[in-house]
Amino acid sequence: MPASIGVSFHNVEKRFGSLAALRGVSLEIRAGEFVALLGPNGAGKTTLLRMAALLMSPTRGAVQFTSSEAAVNDRVRAQAIVLRPEQLIGLVGHSTLLYDELTAAENLTLFARLYALDKIADTVATALDDCGLATRAGSLVRTFSRGMRQRLAIARALLHQPSVILLDEPAAGLDRQGLAWFSARLARLKADGCTVLMSIHARNESLDLATRAVALAGGRVEHDSGSAGDPRVLLAALRREQ
Amino acid sequence: MTTAKAASIILAKELRLEFRTRELLTATVIFALVVVVLFSFAFDPTAAESRRYGPGLLWIAFLFAGSLMLNPSFAREQNNETLDALRMAPISSFAILLGKILANFIFMSLAELALVPVFAVLYNLSLAGIVWRLILVLVLGTLGLTVTGTVFSAVSAHARMRELLLPLLLLPLLTPLLIAAVESTASLFAEQPALDRTWLAFLAGFDIVFLTASWLLCDHLLAE
Amino acid sequence: MKARFTITALVALLIYCAGYAALFIAPDEATMHAIQRIFYFHVASWNAMFCAFFVAFYASVAYLVTGKRKWDALGVSGVEIGVICCTIGLITGPLWARPVWGIWWTWDAKLTSTFILWLLFIAYLLLRGLIGDPEKKASLSAVFAIFASLDIPLVYLANRLWRTQHPQPVIAGGQGSGLDPTMSKVLLLCIFAIYCVTILMLLDRYRLELLRNEAAELKFEIESRGLDASDSEATLAPQKGGQ
Repeated sequence: MPASIGVSFHNVEKRFGSLAALRGVSLEIRAGEFVALLGPNGAGKTTLLRMAALLMSPTRGAVQFTSSEAAVNDRVRAQAIVLRPEQLIGLVGHSTLLYDELTAAENLTLFARLYALDKIADTVATALDDCGLATRAGSLVRTFSRGMRQRLAIARALLHQPSVILLDEPAAGLDRQGLAWFSARLARLKADGCTVLMSIHARNESLDLATRAVALAGGRVEHDSGSAGDPRVLLAALRREQ
Repeated sequence: MTTAKAASIILAKELRLEFRTRELLTATVIFALVVVVLFSFAFDPTAAESRRYGPGLLWIAFLFAGSLMLNPSFAREQNNETLDALRMAPISSFAILLGKILANFIFMSLAELALVPVFAVLYNLSLAGIVWRLILVLVLGTLGLTVTGTVFSAVSAHARMRELLLPLLLLPLLTPLLIAAVESTASLFAEQPALDRTWLAFLAGFDIVFLTASWLLCDHLLAE
Repeated sequence: MKARFTITALVALLIYCAGYAALFIAPDEATMHAIQRIFYFHVASWNAMFCAFFVAFYASVAYLVTGKRKWDALGVSGVEIGVICCTIGLITGPLWARPVWGIWWTWDAKLTSTFILWLLFIAYLLLRGLIGDPEKKASLSAVFAIFASLDIPLVYLANRLWRTQHPQPVIAGGQGSGLDPTMSKVLLLCIFAIYCVTILMLLDRYRLELLRNEAAELKFEIESRGLDASDSEATLAPQKGGQ
């Protein structure tokens, strides 16, 4: 069972030269929340996710990881976890983060090794089985369809059982079967107490799992249904995924 | 995870990727061969001239081939943004850099191993009795080349015109290495082959300086 | 403003004095006569060049340690001015060599090393030109500047070791020893004058870079305020509750 970790953004600003991606975003995401991140292109969703993934540091402000109150009994471990957060973050990005010239199994094995997982062969086999790519384990990712690559990308992100899962339009390219698998997977993660931050631009089944909706525009938080609020109002405006 | 272990995982990945297609390795060897042949049109290699100009020619071929071969090291990671995946893993930046340096070192060494005998044949130079000492010189020289080349691959991956930029950054920097390597090699091909301690020490010093600098600056190299 | 004008005027006066001294006060050199006078500026520009490149090295390290943009500004200023001094040195060298020795160039240790130095720092400027993002530009060029600076002693050492094995006609060597006292004084004056000019140019270039950065900041501020004004037209799909 992964530890419960929350993410806080304290007045985060991010600039790329004269382009402002984020202008003062403050957001506290509690452990176990399932946040749907909405907004038009260029609103800053990808930048926010990449910042949470520790791929870039803010121009101003800070991103912090907080352990949940449930872990207070094991404060030392909780603190240690927060100090080395990479082990606990999984990102499904715009790109697949996969090596095209390696097989599906090789890709997963590589990351299993880098994350120092136990029983690597079993973990990889289970992951491939779970996302329905077991029969294509030995094929190069280059030969995969878009949907298959996306499924593998998601499997890769979840391989090390992260506590904080960041998803940048993860449903893109998934077919109906893939979407069904993906929603079921997310439901399991939510049940396990993982914190999920997912950016989306169209409705799909996984949105039913959302406990909160945050809308970004122009690099700022425009609407936030809040930790205790109801996200469905904000989500209702999204059009349906075909 | 220790840096060494992480670097070896990265190294294994790089080797697996390259040996699947072997495109880069083949292209590097052929290119170096082309340089060697082109040079033969510039001067008519009599025995004395071969001994005199041969080492220089050999190392220039290695530097040119190397500066082309080292480019994809980090440029390839931009496909599918795989460098981000590596950076997100709980491993140090130096592990990523070191893994790639070692991989490039192996590739370059393989290319050199293929090329040196061919070169010896084309220019009628004997390798008898100097093989191990020559390997020592090649190792020290190639180490300097791959350390600086891999670092500059990371630098130029963020720039436009990176195929042209990498040699521009790398070759002036490597002139001391070129001098040292050529002199060491030349003294081995001389009438009385001898290992030039001064130049070897210089090569080792060069390698240590830039390996240390890479270690100190690697976080800035790989940052977004 | 007034202080800057005064200082610039003083430095200009200093250069004029140095020039006058070099051309008229210094005694004629025995073998080379008038052309030798270029030596006063040739040597001075080398000194200034090393000074500028050292500033660039220091600034690069400082930028990577602190992350403050002003160090990046100082770094690029140091390199640009250093390249100018280097170019002056590399041009005055052949101008001197041709009438005296009949050759434009020789691959002696010092000249070769300095030429490589020139190439290295031109590469720095090219690198900067080819990277778009300012943050990456600053950090990557700082890394390169540090590598290049570490290479400088290695370049000079290698060339020196090599050239002692293969002796070549030395152009600029040996001038420091056995100089006529008046010549020494003029040389010192010229070195000092060129230093002052270099430092002045460096500071001006630094100021220019800081102003450019400030202008970019202001532009950013204006744009972000402009965006605030048009927020009501933002095309966010969800309906605002209760409206």
